[in-house]
Parts: sequence; C-alpha cells; structure tokens
Amino acid sequence: MPNPSTAAARRRVTRPAAWPLLVPAAVGFAFLLLPLLGLLAAVPWTRLPEVLGRREVAEALGLSLVSATSAALLCLVLGVPLAWWLSRMRFRGHGFVRALVLVPLVMPPVVGGTALLSTFGRSGLIGAPLHQTSGITVPYSTPAVIMAATFVSMPFLVVAVEGTLRGLDPRLETAARALGASRWYAFRRVLLPAVAPGVAAGMVLAWARALGEFGATIAFAGNLPGTTQTLPLAIYLSLSKDPAAASALSLVLLVASLLAIGLAGSAAPIRGGRR
Amino acid sequence: MARRPSHAAALCVLLTAVGLTGCQRQDTTELTVAAAASLEGVFTELAGPFEDEHELRLRFSFAGSQELAAQIVQGAPYDVFASADTAQMTAVGEHALDPVLFATNELALIVPDGNPAGVTGLADLATGDVTVVLCAEQVPCGAATTRLMAATGEEIPADSLERDVTSVLTKVRMGEADAGIVYRTDALSARDDVETVPLPEGREAGIVNEYPVSALAEADDPALAGAFVSYMLSDVAQDALREAGFGTPGTEDASS
Repeated sequence: MPNPSTAAARRRVTRPAAWPLLVPAAVGFAFLLLPLLGLLAAVPWTRLPEVLGRREVAEALGLSLVSATSAALLCLVLGVPLAWWLSRMRFRGHGFVRALVLVPLVMPPVVGGTALLSTFGRSGLIGAPLHQTSGITVPYSTPAVIMAATFVSMPFLVVAVEGTLRGLDPRLETAARALGASRWYAFRRVLLPAVAPGVAAGMVLAWARALGEFGATIAFAGNLPGTTQTLPLAIYLSLSKDPAAASALSLVLLVASLLAIGLAGSAAPIRGGRR
Repeated sequence: MARRPSHAAALCVLLTAVGLTGCQRQDTTELTVAAAASLEGVFTELAGPFEDEHELRLRFSFAGSQELAAQIVQGAPYDVFASADTAQMTAVGEHALDPVLFATNELALIVPDGNPAGVTGLADLATGDVTVVLCAEQVPCGAATTRLMAATGEEIPADSLERDVTSVLTKVRMGEADAGIVYRTDALSARDDVETVPLPEGREAGIVNEYPVSALAEADDPALAGAFVSYMLSDVAQDALREAGFGTPGTEDASS
C-alpha cells in the first residue's frame, strides 16, 4: 500500500499532465468509433428488412449463432480444466506450455485454418487415418466450422479463467482439502464458484470471437451456404456484389458484439476489482 | 523479436515475401497492378523485362477479380487492372480508361494426383459421391462454372464455394477435394500435383473467359500504365501467356 503523502504528491504531479493524455485519448477513441459510424452511415436502412429477410442471411446468421454457441460451450468444457491445469503447473518450462496454448491468439486465423486442414483434413495427420477407417471427412461440414471457431476462441477463455484462478487465495483449496474434500470436489464446490465471474466473462469473449471468425473457417471448413457459410463469410462474398447488403449484415454482427460486450461487462465486475 | 528491425529491413523482408526484388532501389517509380489470381504465375514471370525497360518497380496485388474490382470502386490506388472476365472490368465503370482483351482462358476439371475418386468427367461430379470444390459464383471462375452447369444441365453439388481460383487449386492439390473446376492455366501450373480430366463440354458450350487489362483513372502516370497495357499485347507477353496455357482473344481456338 502506498503511503498517503506520496499518493497525494502523485496526484499533484499528474494533474498538469492531464491534457497531453486527454488529446491522444480522444484521438484514440475517435479512431475506434468513427469506423462504426461509417458502417452505420453505409447501412441501407430502408432495405434492411429485405436484406435481413433473405433465406441465405437467415441461414448464415443461424449457423453463426449455433457455431459460436457450440464453440463457447466446448471452450467451457475443455478450457476451464485447461486453465486450472495451467494455473497449477509448477514444473520447469511451464511458461512454454502456456505460450503454446496461447498460439492461436497471435496466429493469423487463416494460418490456423490451414493448420487445422493439415491435421483434420482427409490427407491430414489425424484426418487421413480417420477417413480411411471410418470414411468421415471433417472439412466442409458444420462440425468443422465449430472446430475452427473453438480453435481461435479457446485461448480467450483460458486467459480469463487462468487469471482469475491465479488471483484466488491458494489457501482456499488447501483448506478444502484439509477438511477432507477430494481434489475434484474442491475444484467443483470451492474453486469453480469462486471463479464463476471469470468463466462467464471468458465465455462471452470466446463467443464473440467465435461469432466474428472468418479466416480459419474459410480455410478449413470452406464456404457453402447452409452448411459452412457463417455470417462473416456471407459478408465477405456479398461485399463485391452488393456492398450495401454487406453493411446490413455487418450491422447484425455489430449489434451481437455490443450485446456480448455488455454481457461481459456485467459478468466481470471482479476483473478490475483486485483491491 | 526483442529488437525492432529498421523500417527498411522490414520492407525488404516484406518485398522478398511477395516475390519482388529491388530493395536497393527504393527511390525508383512504382507501378501498381491489380491482377486476377489466375494471372499470378505469368505476370510475375513477365515483370522483370518490363521493370528493366522502364526502370521502375512493379507491385502486384493478386486476388479474385471481384475483390479487386470492389477495391477499385472504393478508390484503391492501383494503376492497372487485369481482370479474369469482362464483367468485373465493366463493374469498375469509368475507373477503367480503355480496356483491351489480351488473353482468354478455359475451364479445366482437375483431380488430385492419382485421381482417388476415379473421376472421368463432369457427369461424375453431379452424382454427389465426390467431394467437389468450385469457385463462388461472385468470382469469374465461378461465374464461368455456373454458365457451364446451365449449358450442360449438370447440377454439381459443391462441398465448398471458394473465394478465388487459387483456393480451389489448393484444396485439390492438398487432396482435400476429389475434384475442382479451375482454369486450364491453373491446371497447367500445378501439373506436378494435379491431373486434368478432359472437359470437352466447356469448349462445346463456348465457355471462354476473356481477360481485359486497362489503365485506371487513378494512375499516377497514365503513360506508364498504358505502357504496361501495350506490353501485355506484345509478342513477348503473348508468347509467355500462350506458354502458360492462355488463349489469344479473337481467335476461334486456343492452342492445344
């Protein structure tokens, strides 16, 4: 804890420095906001019902919602245990393992999609034996869309949950164990409720990332209306033929993202509140 | 990645990555050419002599013609546009100063090496037992494929509609599709990895894409942009185009 006199001194020093911060802050804010206004200006409001009522739009939106939600649930089932494991790792080189998990965060999505294709595609590392033994082809299917979305969005959830887990008092788990709880019971009844807000925030972030996913999807799952054409893919392909329709579809994604951010904000009051 | 490389070094890395040379003469003029994805091989090959003659550096933007046309309409600073069909040249409207046809291309049916699904012709694709990737209808190769389906009455259930012809080629090349429809030039360029199945229906139905090239109204130096257009009509360029499998516009039949 800083002592009160230095805190007061810092306040005095920072006050004259406020406007050199405020100007770039305002520019940064405008830079982020203006493209949204540009998009809103390009939306053909009168044609909105017609564009949004098209069958392929309904299909693309439905597929986007289904795949983003499935991906978020997969992230929950796989990502929370993964985050727990990462937060408990004590061996040498655990930083490296952690970095590996976060690779999809920095990898260009289209590279991720190609990597998925080289792994789960018909001639891929796992896809080839799978195809030979069972005849299953993963790409060009809705599960492939979900896999691509999960691949790119899982790190978001892992980062959020791992951060929350690390912020917990380790004595919480120790106490539970000392009182006779099994490791699984302690995780389920003590840790999980304590990190629930972090899990919820992570899920919303993962869901939003999955909803906007483009590169990995088009590279791995392909583009077929009704099966693999999500809203971002539909936007991309209508951009050349009908830019106004693309803006209308973008509006749908924008509204969904804003809702997600609102949800994440209300779910995660603890993220800023480390005290 | 701890140290930040200088901007010049970063630029060199970038330029090498896109297959251009000439980091040592950054002050020379540049000519930016937006070209259909199917032209990548032959344009890259033709760049050198033109750069030497005019002492400039060519920068290429290869993508689906529909994407480039949309960029041009939005004011992208390209000097020249080479499209894989006349529809996309028409789409840029007055941005194109004087389009001329310089090449033609035909559709080709390709399968991965060894033809795992035993595809013998267009009719096999319509059965639905074969994994097929096609170009999306918005892309010139996809528009041509749609015309082919209309002309032959064969409805091909595609497993994916790709954003450019290169993506179709990649999926077949990787063995992730049993068949794909690309241009004859793509089939030729990838002949080590893919096999071509005869597609007589295309020529019978007269499905030939005509490639126009034009200087753009945005060109910094319209004369230089015009010189590139003329270069495409020169013997050197026409020979290279023929070698790559393109046809000559105005002639009834393309070679072989």
